[in-house]
Amino acid sequence: MRREEVLKNIKGKFKGDIIELFDKSSKRVYIEIKPQSLVKVATYIFKDLKARFNIASGMDARLHIEILYHFTIEPINLLISLRVKLPKDKLEIDSLAPVFEAANWIEREMHELLGINFKGHPNLKKLLLPDEWPEGVYPLRAEYKEWDKNAIRDRGL
Amino acid sequence: MAKRTIVPIGPYHPLQEEPEFFTLTIEGEKVVDIDVQVGYNHRGIEKISEMKTFDQIPFVVERICGICSTSHPFACVQAIEDINDIEVPERAKYIRTIVGEGERIHSHLLWLGLAGHFLGYNTVYMWAWKLREEILDVMEILYGNRNNYAMFKPGGVRRDIKDEDIPDVLKKINSIIPTLEMLKKAVMDDPVLHARTKGVGILTKEEAINYSALGPTSRASGVTKDVRKDAPYAAYDKVAWDMIVTQNGDVFDKAVVRVLETFESINIMKQCIFNLPEGEVDANIKSISAGEGIGTHEAPRGEVFHYIRSDGTNTPIRHKVRAPTFMNLPTYKATIIGETIADASIILAAIDPCYCCTERMAVRDTKGKKLYGGEELIRLSQEKTEKLRAKYV
Repeated sequence: MRREEVLKNIKGKFKGDIIELFDKSSKRVYIEIKPQSLVKVATYIFKDLKARFNIASGMDARLHIEILYHFTIEPINLLISLRVKLPKDKLEIDSLAPVFEAANWIEREMHELLGINFKGHPNLKKLLLPDEWPEGVYPLRAEYKEWDKNAIRDRGL
Repeated sequence: MAKRTIVPIGPYHPLQEEPEFFTLTIEGEKVVDIDVQVGYNHRGIEKISEMKTFDQIPFVVERICGICSTSHPFACVQAIEDINDIEVPERAKYIRTIVGEGERIHSHLLWLGLAGHFLGYNTVYMWAWKLREEILDVMEILYGNRNNYAMFKPGGVRRDIKDEDIPDVLKKINSIIPTLEMLKKAVMDDPVLHARTKGVGILTKEEAINYSALGPTSRASGVTKDVRKDAPYAAYDKVAWDMIVTQNGDVFDKAVVRVLETFESINIMKQCIFNLPEGEVDANIKSISAGEGIGTHEAPRGEVFHYIRSDGTNTPIRHKVRAPTFMNLPTYKATIIGETIADASIILAAIDPCYCCTERMAVRDTKGKKLYGGEELIRLSQEKTEKLRAKYV
């Protein structure tokens, strides 16, 4: 399948799920989708289009938390990034780990560093942070000020 | 149910000499479960990177890994260039390729030596590391340093390659080929190595795809994916070379892929030196506008992935780093279960793990302030043992 066909198929198949499609360059496409459609779209890209899951990257964009799921389709040299925006008062999204094992670790990482709850993840325990890490402190959030020594002292650690 | 025993390996690996903790559950001789714990080596590089300017970031990410120190700057500068679609001068592209391939040669030789060492075959270890010295000398001639070359900058490379260095470099590269051939024979034909590594720790093609395994780990399982071929960057589409793919997915095939890739790398490196175009080595970027960019590079262990978002200032607002071991490490679940404990050490080493890269993530360890005395450490370790005992026995 050629690049145009792939994009046309995605657009046709998920008309109601896509919010915005940004065709950045010949190698990069950013598709913003509704959070509840993630598993559907990601499964299609991974299983049907035979893409490789690169990684996901979470980010605190002040007003919302944003996750980008990056997939590469090698034969057409296209990197598709699925963008979902989660409101800060409801940080929940379906887990991709049951669909493909590659999403397992990165969801654990985003869970502990950004505080996103991945529904249906088989084992959401800590990956990188120590076991004693306090609940509700998320290092990659914008309000995190842990390099400030006073904050550490005030928390009693 | 048969009696189960827990075998802890780590948190400081006795052979790989890096901080990780494997909990192997065994029944008799057979491994029935494995749990990997990482996170002993956090440095908070992603967060540090948000406080640095685009010119400083390549230096920061160069410190992520001590072995493949050039892979991260390589992917990182490509991510920065991807934001604005900046075109890099031809000569810089060739020089980048030469740095990247030189690194692959010494990294693969390092792994080969260690793999021999893990199997008790120390002759391979000594030979491989002796050869690696020659390549490190080449790196020193070209970039002034055995490691951490500081060659990369957004828009090009920092230093040019001097014409008068090239004869020495070629002489050294050519001098290692006969010994490397011998080493290849020693690995491919040795009956002891066959016995220890063939059919051991098999990663099937389906599992490799499911785990999105990368680099030699996936190519040994018949997955024909290599960033250098699939999404050509630098000068990889201008030189002739082959992607090495084998089908069995066992430890032996992973070794074969790495040995053969070393020859390909020498081949690429020589072609780039012979065809080095004249011209500038730097595009002189003045500013980076707002936007997001992704850079990938096929490091010795697999694809390195960098995502950078800029808001138009001179620092990024998000910098995501994904090292290949992050994707390759979970494949242990697929390869080690059902194997014997004696094979565990070589299976765990077969993906060429690099924990420094994997754990670049979290922010400062808040416990860093608290200092433990010797007695307290012993007490903590005893408590932990008791906790494990209560849980599993």
